[in-house]
Amino acid sequence: MTAPHLSPLGAALAHDSAERHVTGAALYVDDLPEPEGTVHVAPGWCRDAARGRIVSVDLDRVRAHPGVVAVLTAADLPGVNDCSPSPAGGDPVFAEREILFHGQVVFAVVATTRAAARAAARLATITVDVETPVIGIAAALERGDDVLAPYEFVKGDVDAGLAEAPFVHTDRLVIGGQEHFYLEGQIAFAEPREDGEILVRSSTQHPTEVSHVVARVLGLPEAAVVCECRRMGGGFGGKESQASQWAAIAALAARVTGKPAKLRLDRDDDMVMTGKRHDFRVDWSVGFEPDGRIHAVDADFLARCGASADLSQGVVDRTMFHADNAYDLPAARIHTRRLRTDTVSATAFRGFGGPQGMLFCERMIDAIAIRLGLDPLDVRRRNFYPPVEAPVHGTTPYGQVVDDCVIGGIVDELERSSDYRARVDEIAAFNAASPILKRGIALTPIKFGISFTLAHLNQAGALVNVYADGSIAVNHGGTEMGQGLYVKVAQVVAEVFGVGLDRVRIAATSTAKVPNTAPTAASSGSDLNGMAAKAAAETIRDRLAEVAAVLFGGAPDDVVFAGGEVRLGDRSASFAEIAKKAHLARVSLSSTGFYATPGITWDREAAHGRPFYYYSYGAACSEVVIDTLTGEMRVTRADILHDVGRSLNPAIDLGQIEGGFVQGMGWLTTEELVWDEKGRLRTHAPSTYKIPTAHDVPADFRVALWAGGDNRVPTIGRSKAVGEPPLMLAISVHSAILRAIAALAPGVVPPLPAPATPEAILAAVKAVRHAGEGHPA
Amino acid sequence: MTVRRSIRYLSQGRVIEVDDFAPSTTLLDHLRLVRRRTGVKEGCGEGDCGACTVALGRLVDGRLVYEPVNACIRLLGTVDGCEIVTVEDLAEGGTLHPLQAAMVRRHASQCGFCTPGIVMSLFTLYATPGRHDRAAVIDRLSGNLCRCTGYRPIVDAALEALSERLDDVPDDLFAVHAASTTLALSALADGASVFVGDEARFFAAPTRLDTLADILAACPDATLVAGATDVGLWITKQGRDLPRIVHLGRIEGLDRIEEDEAGLAIGATVGLAAAGERLAAFDPDLAALFRRIGSVQVRATGTLGGNIANGSPIGDSPPALIALDATLELWGPEGVRQMPLESYFLAYGKQDRRPGEIVARVRVPRLGPEHAFRTYKIAKRHDQDISSVMAAFRLTLDGDRITEARLAFGGMAATPKRAAGAEAALVGASVRSAASWRPALDALRLDFTPLSDMRASADYRTEAAVGLLGRALAEIAGTPSSKTRVHGLREEVSA
Repeated sequence: MTAPHLSPLGAALAHDSAERHVTGAALYVDDLPEPEGTVHVAPGWCRDAARGRIVSVDLDRVRAHPGVVAVLTAADLPGVNDCSPSPAGGDPVFAEREILFHGQVVFAVVATTRAAARAAARLATITVDVETPVIGIAAALERGDDVLAPYEFVKGDVDAGLAEAPFVHTDRLVIGGQEHFYLEGQIAFAEPREDGEILVRSSTQHPTEVSHVVARVLGLPEAAVVCECRRMGGGFGGKESQASQWAAIAALAARVTGKPAKLRLDRDDDMVMTGKRHDFRVDWSVGFEPDGRIHAVDADFLARCGASADLSQGVVDRTMFHADNAYDLPAARIHTRRLRTDTVSATAFRGFGGPQGMLFCERMIDAIAIRLGLDPLDVRRRNFYPPVEAPVHGTTPYGQVVDDCVIGGIVDELERSSDYRARVDEIAAFNAASPILKRGIALTPIKFGISFTLAHLNQAGALVNVYADGSIAVNHGGTEMGQGLYVKVAQVVAEVFGVGLDRVRIAATSTAKVPNTAPTAASSGSDLNGMAAKAAAETIRDRLAEVAAVLFGGAPDDVVFAGGEVRLGDRSASFAEIAKKAHLARVSLSSTGFYATPGITWDREAAHGRPFYYYSYGAACSEVVIDTLTGEMRVTRADILHDVGRSLNPAIDLGQIEGGFVQGMGWLTTEELVWDEKGRLRTHAPSTYKIPTAHDVPADFRVALWAGGDNRVPTIGRSKAVGEPPLMLAISVHSAILRAIAALAPGVVPPLPAPATPEAILAAVKAVRHAGEGHPA
Repeated sequence: MTVRRSIRYLSQGRVIEVDDFAPSTTLLDHLRLVRRRTGVKEGCGEGDCGACTVALGRLVDGRLVYEPVNACIRLLGTVDGCEIVTVEDLAEGGTLHPLQAAMVRRHASQCGFCTPGIVMSLFTLYATPGRHDRAAVIDRLSGNLCRCTGYRPIVDAALEALSERLDDVPDDLFAVHAASTTLALSALADGASVFVGDEARFFAAPTRLDTLADILAACPDATLVAGATDVGLWITKQGRDLPRIVHLGRIEGLDRIEEDEAGLAIGATVGLAAAGERLAAFDPDLAALFRRIGSVQVRATGTLGGNIANGSPIGDSPPALIALDATLELWGPEGVRQMPLESYFLAYGKQDRRPGEIVARVRVPRLGPEHAFRTYKIAKRHDQDISSVMAAFRLTLDGDRITEARLAFGGMAATPKRAAGAEAALVGASVRSAASWRPALDALRLDFTPLSDMRASADYRTEAAVGLLGRALAEIAGTPSSKTRVHGLREEVSA
């Protein structure tokens, strides 16, 4: 157990489960003991259709398979056949009349063993009147079917800005999606309780939504369904809305059989059946000055949303919110289409659309620099939002004044510490003498808006119980997916009571303890839940202060909680003694706490407001080497400087930064999702879908928290959210690859898509060489 | 000859005997569902993520070695006679293993789901005497995916724990108990054939070729497995029922490597790791290639014979072996047959292997002073990825003049295949004259009509193949590999 620490807040304490992780004692849903009679559930689907009317579903062979207890279809649902997170619906638990994407669940098998359930699930005969599926963006545009209405931000006079600009560059960027590849796949374990109640243990970032969806599909009141989650083996957004369906099916199986029912997806099924990061095509133009300053931007973002709306409103909105990244654009039109494709619905993924907006923005800057023959960092700096101390601040295309901009300071520091300028020169010399290998370097900034843009999600609850022996239990609405939220919230509570972390027990997240919570998403976990837990703890502390004041004689305001003791003047008692006294004095030692983020406004219709409480900033400098004969690439060095405000836990924050960077690097380099013309995902396993391994991490990797970090708004401990922003530091890798290719022909912007696989790099190399020889680019 | 009707393995110093299991039972299901060792995780069920990694202890030349294996695709029957160490075994009496303690200190876990597998992979490195540097740690992690940390703290933790070993010798409790473990494992090595089940459904592990012949004569449709790193996926991913499984791993003699003047004769059940170690001495590129075949886990379990026998067009070792002019030896009821390795691959999914025949060994001739050799693998990811293009080249030189060229490719056709046109065009060319290579590079474009799939398009495969031949020629002409490659430098590998 972690040693008591006098001031836990800001200490580099270990993850609360670190020892249990390394010994295998940390229990995930599949590890829990199975009560006698537990049945296992496997989803069944049509393997040869991506789109079409269901003609018939023959489940006789499924039912006849040894071990099968029940076969479930839409007809078995007592409630509504929909598990969508969106008011628009469109995500049936079981397909009834039509197949909307390859991998859509049609039925589920309940059997005595997992193996029997999975084997039986393959035996269905599902006849579908197959239609040619719409897979790609071009086909989706042609069909013209949008899951949600087009939407745009407009700032200034874009047409005039483009017309008046001395230079205009028009281009297209294709951005691939990303599979979450949480190591623990989707799983739910439902137990029937008395009077129709259900307990669902789910690997979910959103226990509240899981319980609500289960209630909806089973026709139960929300109070009759409890969802519990102690920890996830990774989430990354993939368990925000995507956990609900499996919980709903497991709960239905428990309801129908009266037995505990577990559904754990096979990895391949998981990758086929659950949503991924949105892929995009961006068609854009930018007008600029000879020194690289931007006049106007006109960008059209075409998002491939899949079969339903799911979270696409929020995701694609966030793409728009980040299309400016750290740059003050005098005029901008940020237009979006949310296209329906006959593929699994795209969903939340760390950054929630933001990374795609920012990747576009950095490509735009790189293109300007290449066209003008300038160093991209100079172009970046010339367009940054004015710093916090500037007399006039910049305004985003959505009307928020950027009054906390610190990107200039971070970039200045990183430029020095990474030795950027000298390396640019050294690389240019290398490239001039190297016909096969080319190197590239890029230093890119990030600015990321913190708050849910769906305003009502910016709230959190907590429940703190102090026991008469002075031990403390904390519940809050946030979930632990590895990001260290539990230990951070425990640090907050320990700080309030002035006790060591060893006093604080963190309980599994449960909708029975804290209801109506927001998902643990949008990097908001510690901002929201830390504040709610603090409020709960402070309520109890104030009560204890009154008890101590009576006991010691004095004013409650003068009572100090520190070092495991409660002191007033020269008198003191242990925290446990005061807790005991309070109990005997019939003072409540339990309290809820609540927090709602102040000061945020967002009028989506007017496309104007202050949707973000504050911004997180950071910068990364990456260097790569590419092989122009094969397109192979290696990241040789990365330097990162990231702003987490005043860190609640530097060890945890550093882990988020490094891990986020590597995950982003995967998105932009090796992780390629491939669908075939029949709408089948061909990369549905780690054998074909390649996330980074230890070898891919830059051999020279220098990561630091920005020493100047602070938060102008009163967040918990003046910290800043850290879950998502670091992923976008990896844009520096993509940008460095672009620079390496651009070394082949001055003035030609390489047509490099994401991910930059060896094939994509080689194609861009050939295109640049071709254009460099005088052919049209 | 004795037949044992159970398998036995060692766990925490005790012998566990299992006499009733379905032939296709995986080690992972046995550990999680029967023995409730829930620290062992299932991440992917296909040997690609490493969350299920356990350490397998066995005696090699009388010495106890620990290797990491993917429990998810390892068949339970194949661990007979081994020690199985899972993450639960490392901390004794509540004291963390030095590796575990270092992982905690270095903040090397986040969600924790990959952690048990990572601990076990690193444990096998910890248990291996000698100094292990950062590159060795990264190699050891090639089969373990972590989606949270970015690996840096894991690598640092491993280096820290390794640095605490006195004189680079393991000093944990497993080292302390090594003598008794060795004795216990020796006691399990009874040389008996294993047969669990009945005629309809069985797991068999004969120790002699004639026993194997009897089984195959009675059950010609039995599934032959060596490491089962491919067959394991038929079970976990295709849901195939394999009622009769014959494991070749216990057959005497098939696991031997013989060396003479001419070269190596590598038995079919020699592991990829062991085969790679010996082939590495032929050329640094072979060392680099073998460390990129699968992962450490796959190379510990998978065999060279299996990599050849299954006939995959994208197996990594066949192109290199074909370029080296290897000969395949098959053993069957009608005796021994030998053939040039390339002749074994007839068409997609079809090999020149007759009923009852097994791949027995592959003979690999040494490279002579007249030879120049290069082999390259291209994949989306450096480690543990299936190649989009594999290339291996052996040029025979007379001074600067190329007198013979063996240019073998994987991923370019339905089988591993030589580039006949380019080979012919290269004869007579000079390695010093780039202009004289041109006809061969052009011919190579016509040698193959590769497929497009999720790994690469046909165009890319062709372009990359041409690029690789160009790279090889440039290197053989004297360009150092530091100017032609982004990784796997010859200077580094040979160092």
